[in-house]
Parts: sequence; structure tokens; C-alpha cells
Amino acid sequence: MTTVSRRLFLQIGAGATGALVVGFGWSDTAAADARPMLLGNYVSIGIDGTVTVRAPNPEIGQGVKTSLPMLIAEELDVDWDRVRVEMAPNDPQRFGQQDAGGSMSIHRNYTALRRVGAAARWMLVDAAARQLNASHGEFSTAHGRVHHSSGRSFDYGELAVAASLLRPPDPKSLVLKDPAKFSIIGTSRRGVDSARIVRGEPLFGIDMTIPDMAYAVYVKAPVFGARLLRCELAAARAERGIIDVFTLKGQGDRHGLQDGIAIIASSWWYAQAARAKLEPLWDTAIGVGHDSTRYRDKAHSLLAKPGTMLEEKGDVEAALAQAAQRLTADYEVPFLAHAPLEPQNCTARVKGDSVEIWAPTQTPEEGRQLVARTLGVAPDSVVVHMRRAGGGFGRRLENDYMAEAASIARHAGVPIKLVWSREDDFAHDFYRTASYHRLRAGLDKRGRISAFAAHGVTFAHGSEVAQAAGIEGNGFESSVVPASRLEQSLIPTIVPTGYLRAPVSNGLAFVRECFWDELALAANMDPVAFRLAALSNVGGSGGSFDAARMRAVLEAVALRSNWARPRLAKGQGMGVACYFSHSGYFAEVARVRVDADGHWQVLNVWVAGDIGSQIVNPLAARAQVEGAVMDGIGSMHAEITVVNGAAIQTNFDAFPLLRMPEAPVVDVEFVMSAAAPTGLGEPALPPVLPAVANAIHAACGARVRQLPLTAARIQAARRG
Amino acid sequence: MISLVINGARRSLDLPEDFPLLWALRDILGLMGTKFGCGIAQCGACTVHVDGVAVRACITEVGSVAGSRITTIEAIADTPIGTALQSAWLELDVVQCGYCQAGQIMSAGALLAENPAPDDASIDAAMAGNICRCATYQRIRAAIKLASRQPQADRRHQ
Repeated sequence: MTTVSRRLFLQIGAGATGALVVGFGWSDTAAADARPMLLGNYVSIGIDGTVTVRAPNPEIGQGVKTSLPMLIAEELDVDWDRVRVEMAPNDPQRFGQQDAGGSMSIHRNYTALRRVGAAARWMLVDAAARQLNASHGEFSTAHGRVHHSSGRSFDYGELAVAASLLRPPDPKSLVLKDPAKFSIIGTSRRGVDSARIVRGEPLFGIDMTIPDMAYAVYVKAPVFGARLLRCELAAARAERGIIDVFTLKGQGDRHGLQDGIAIIASSWWYAQAARAKLEPLWDTAIGVGHDSTRYRDKAHSLLAKPGTMLEEKGDVEAALAQAAQRLTADYEVPFLAHAPLEPQNCTARVKGDSVEIWAPTQTPEEGRQLVARTLGVAPDSVVVHMRRAGGGFGRRLENDYMAEAASIARHAGVPIKLVWSREDDFAHDFYRTASYHRLRAGLDKRGRISAFAAHGVTFAHGSEVAQAAGIEGNGFESSVVPASRLEQSLIPTIVPTGYLRAPVSNGLAFVRECFWDELALAANMDPVAFRLAALSNVGGSGGSFDAARMRAVLEAVALRSNWARPRLAKGQGMGVACYFSHSGYFAEVARVRVDADGHWQVLNVWVAGDIGSQIVNPLAARAQVEGAVMDGIGSMHAEITVVNGAAIQTNFDAFPLLRMPEAPVVDVEFVMSAAAPTGLGEPALPPVLPAVANAIHAACGARVRQLPLTAARIQAARRG
Repeated sequence: MISLVINGARRSLDLPEDFPLLWALRDILGLMGTKFGCGIAQCGACTVHVDGVAVRACITEVGSVAGSRITTIEAIADTPIGTALQSAWLELDVVQCGYCQAGQIMSAGALLAENPAPDDASIDAAMAGNICRCATYQRIRAAIKLASRQPQADRRHQ
């Protein structure tokens, strides 16, 4: 048995408010061994000079396990090659808000984590200053060493013990680096886990193994929210490899445990195969009438009536009446699944009230709270370990699989790894909401937009707008159009809805920016020039939307794509769109080919984006944009259709994702501005959908106002 | 008992003939590099080599590959093509979430073994069965070309 001594260490971290948290705490670090000294929650420096930096937020492919530690290492003045990165434990008291959502990681941490690095550096300098009885001003730091003006210098490792015992600095006394002197931030760094990934090492949630672990599947209702009436379990129990089969009762929380049948086996495959021996009876009456076609009919009757006013500026009806030209168009986007490639999974061990969870999650703390509620134990007795996630896209903001795994492990009495089948994942998603839109606009005699009215129909759970389903303005129309309004109407649904990469914007950008293309053409203007003219109506910034930043990215993408003089073969067209979301300004141009049979292929996409004054890791940043653009294009081929309260698409054969032959060439340019750096997982996605749809119109004259953008719809629009 | 030759080692497994190779690798042998994505050979995350040919382990029954040479991502570095692909993947920072990349590298390895300098059309054909949900396709294409010492530019639409 190891003797563990509790030793004092210093806590330095970004707290929940983003402010520097400095205090004293206790660690269970063994004193006698050669373990590194903890300079704080984020940084530990070994006496051999090894620098370990903890990455606080879940890694889902957005690159924050690399970019967030880069922020610390920069101000710490240590060479990146010397930094070892490890995942932080889930502990918001010490690490602030540890989630992956809303493109917020850089936005929230850019300054906070630089301060962490600067505080650690200050303590190392302080240790050297005390040793030489000199003042801080006589020291400099570089490449993991503290240098004194006398020529004397220390490796950080030599100072680690002394520094770990010092009082941390007053956060206000810390001076952050001049960005002109950055040597890590703004340089391209490869993903810290990539070498292990290409060797096939077990990093992901689904790769978790713990002693005495069994495998589980959880069979849920084919209809959203349907209760289990009865199920004979004996036949499944008799199958090869089966350890146990039992039912669990749901807890009435859409985000938590649902009614279902757990099958525990010695291999996941045995559990999966035994499903065929179950013939559960579900009360599916709840799903009757919940169909995509009925929703559409209902939406069109609602669009004919006034909705709830969300935004109103000026007298839209008067402006429309005075307009020289009026346009009306109806648009529609479908439900979509997230389908991260790693199916939902969770490994759980329950011993009495003590619960340990390993999961790929975007919200570990919410998961911990959910597990505690589900099992009726104190949150303090639940530990959630973050595992690398095989994609998130917003699906893993939910932790339903965690509630299931914990409940199953407790009932089974053994640790289990729950893995959903792909069919489970498609049937039990929190889908991107469908929505239905009527847009009206007026142009004055000079072709300028004078009135804009948008009415969107979306969904409600009870009397509340369903999660992530609200119609929103993004500041564009309300800033640039003299008279505008936004209305919303709601249809009750049982379909679970949620946040899909660039939530709300991923649907609304298609609707709004295709309509802007229609307006530009009606005004007989070039679509880029039409938008630039509208954006010139507002001087400087209005509210959170900054027209000048949008103008800059539009001008940049027009240049980059050779918009004014494109090279286009027969059947090809170029389209443009711009959109502001998640604090990012993006303008994109697509070059598309449409064949005689209506099939289309995106050949190139040019992107200009402004996410502020600094790109932390350019290599990874361009990757996020390339992926977001292709993700958006892929989504134009897919839909989830609801029939009697169930999604009918069950796997990738019916819900196509973009594949290699369809991948366009994506060109990325970042336009730098003075704004504070913001995130990049999402804002590049929304404009690509309308840019492609507008390019299809330019190529063949087909204006398709409904997604998915199928060849059949193109042919129908061509026939007109 | 089923006898399999996996990454050069003979393994005897007490499994039914129709047990999927994917789950034998993951649950029985603890080789986690081969990934589960769809279970119906739609995504390619479970791609392995059987006698040098890329196959989808999720629909491959262990009984059908008894005696065959099976190679997984864990042993791809044993071949020059495998190490060239891994280096190219790192050089171009292909990985985003990384979940599909083992399958991508296995498909690319089978391609390069058959065609040492594939053009864009050959890459499209060989890689179309592998989904990357993060859509790292641009860099995968370039990495295959880098590993096969060709210029990286995508020439499909020029």
C-alpha cells in the first residue's frame, strides 16, 4: 500500500466567471516519489523540467485539447515540444465551465488561460528572485528558463519545488504578452492526440475497458416517449453469451432515462443479437398524428395567419405597400440527425452510492448532475471522466446514455459498457428541428431593400418552444432593412429536438440567404453588390451585429473566388451567401455543377471568415472551416422523416453523409479584425448551404426552396 | 474453436462461426483500433485487411476468415506503406475527432498496395466507402498523395 501524504499546493485556474482564481488547496500527491510539483490546477512542472498542461474542455474533434493548452504555454514561455497535455478532471470549481458547445471554448478562455500561464511564469520568476535576492524586473523568461541580468539562469525544473510553495500573484499585477511576441499562439500545431490515433490506440469513450466489465444494449421504444407495457424476457435470457435481461422504468425526463429493456452479455455482439428474441409491447398511441407531412400541412395553415411577434422595427406593412417591387417565398428545412460516427456509449461502475462514469460527452458536469438525479445519490458521489469523443456536433450536449449506463450498472450489479447501435442513435436523437418559413420583402425604385418580414413555424413541447427550435434574427435584416419584423408560430410535437452544429443558424441561413439571392436578382443586381449596398445602409456597428465586419468578409471572398470574372464551364454556376453566427462573420462562394438529370456536385468553396484579432492554431482552424463547409453541404442531402412519432431513417444508407467523391476543394481565408478572438467550430457552416443553393440556381435556373436539395426538386423547379 | 491469424499471431477463439470479426477484435481480443460505426458496412470505420484486401469487419463472420491473414490498424506500421500513411496523416494534421481515421488509413493502405500512385479518381473509388463525419476528406486525399510521393493538389475539377 502506498503512503499518500497530503501536501500544500497552489490553485491557479480560471473560475466559472472566467476570472483568475487563486487560492490554496490540498492535493493527494505522493511526496516521496518523483511526481511533478503542482504549480496550479493547470500546470505542473517536474523537477526534470517536464511541463504538463491540463486541457480543461471536452475534445470532440474541434481541437481544444491542443489550442487551449497553447494559450497557457504561450504565456508560460515554454517550448511547445516540451509540453505534455493531459485531460483535466471534470471539476468546474477548479476549471470553470467545462463544456464543448456554442463555439465558446476560445471565446471564454482566450484571456483567462493566458492569465493562468502568466501566473505560473510569475511564480517561477518569483522563486528565482528569492533565490538571488533580486527583483522581478531583473529577470526574463524564454524557452522554459528564467534568466537573470547577471547571466545566471535556471531551468523551470530547478525552480519547480520552490515555486510551488510560493504565494500566487495578484491577477491584476500580471502583464500579458504583446501579441507581436507570440511564439505559440498563431503558429500551426498538430493535434496532441493524433499520433496515438493513427496507431489505433484506445482513446475514445467506446474503447474504455474496466475490470469485470460486461457489455450492454438498451432497447427503447420505437416511438418517442412511448411507455413499455410488457415484454417477455426468457427467450433473450436463453441466448448465447447473455448474462442478464431486465426492464427499467423511465423517469419522465426527455433528457434522461426512458422505459427500456437492458440486455447484459459477455460481448456487445451477443447483447445486440439477443434483441431479436424480444417482442416488447409499447404504448405507441402517443405517436399518432405526429408525421412530417401533417406538420407541413399544419405549418402552411399557420403561415396564413399572424404569428407571435419576436422582433419589429418600423411599419413593415406600410413599407411593403409603398414598395416598387414585392417578393414572397416559402422555404422549408427538415429534421436532421447528428450521427456522430462514434455511437453513443458510456461505461459505468456503481458501488453502493459511489458512481464512476467514463463517457464521450460535451457536458460532463450536466452528466454528473443527471446521473445523481437518476440514481438518487448525491452529486459528490458521482465522478465523470471525459473521454475523447468521436464527434459531437451537439448530440453529446445530452447525457441520456449516461443515465442509462448508470441505471443499468446499478441494476446489473456489475460494471457495464453500454453501446448504442447505429439504429438506436438514429431512433433516439435530439434532432435539428424542421421549420417552415414565409418571407416577404419590398424593394424601392432603385432596387434597395425597404421592407423585410419573416414568419417561421417551428415546434413546441407543451407551451414552450422546443429545445434549440426557436426562430431567431441574427441582427442582419434588423440592422440593414429600414422596416423589418420576425414572427413565430408553434406546432406541438413529441419529437425530441436539440442543438446541431450551428444550431438555428444551420437552417435559417439557408432560408434567409437564398431569399436575399432572390431579392438581388429581382433588383437586377449582382448578389455580392446587393448585399454590400444593404450593409452600407448602417454605419459602423449596430448592436452585436457589425456591418463593417460582414462587408469585409464579403469583399474578401469576392476577390478570392474571382467572383467578378469566374471561370465557368457549361452547367456550372457560382453562388454567394454570408451569415453571422456564434460571434463569427462568414461569407462563402460555391462553384457548383448541375447535370442534365438534376444531380449536383460542389466543385469549390471559397471562405472568408472573421473571428477576431487572433487565430490560435491556423492549421487546426482551417480544418474546422473545411469540415464545417463539407458538413453543411452533406446536410443538404439528408433528412429525418417522422411517421407516427418515429424517425423512419435508421442508418447511413437512408441518411447519407458526404463522402470523398463529393468533397469539394475548400479555400479558407481569415480576415483579421480588432475584435476579441472567438470560436470556430460552428460559424463557417451556415452560409455554405445558401451559397450552394444559390450556385445551383445560377447554374441551371432552378430555385429550390426546400431541403434536402434533391435532383427531383431541381428538375421540378426547372419545369417551373 | 475458430483459429484466426491476426497481426501475425495465431489466436484461437471460442466463438460461433457467424460472430462478427469486429466484435471479436474489440471485445474478445482487446484490439480497439478497429471502430464500430454502423454495423451494416456503410461507414468503413471497421475496415481491416484480410489477405491484404480491405474488408468491413462488422459484416465479416469469423468463420469466413479462419486461416486468413488479418491485419488491423495496430499492425499497419509493420509495412512501409503503413508508416508512410501514418506520417502523412500527421504531417498534414488530417485528424479532427479521429474516430474514422483508422478505417481511412486501412482503406488507403489497401489502395496503395494495389496502386502505388493513385490519381484522384482512384482515390475517390477506393475511399468512397469510408465516411468521415468531420469531413477531413481534403486532407485525406492530400495525405494519400503525400504518402505515395505525388503532388497534393486535387485535380478533379480543373
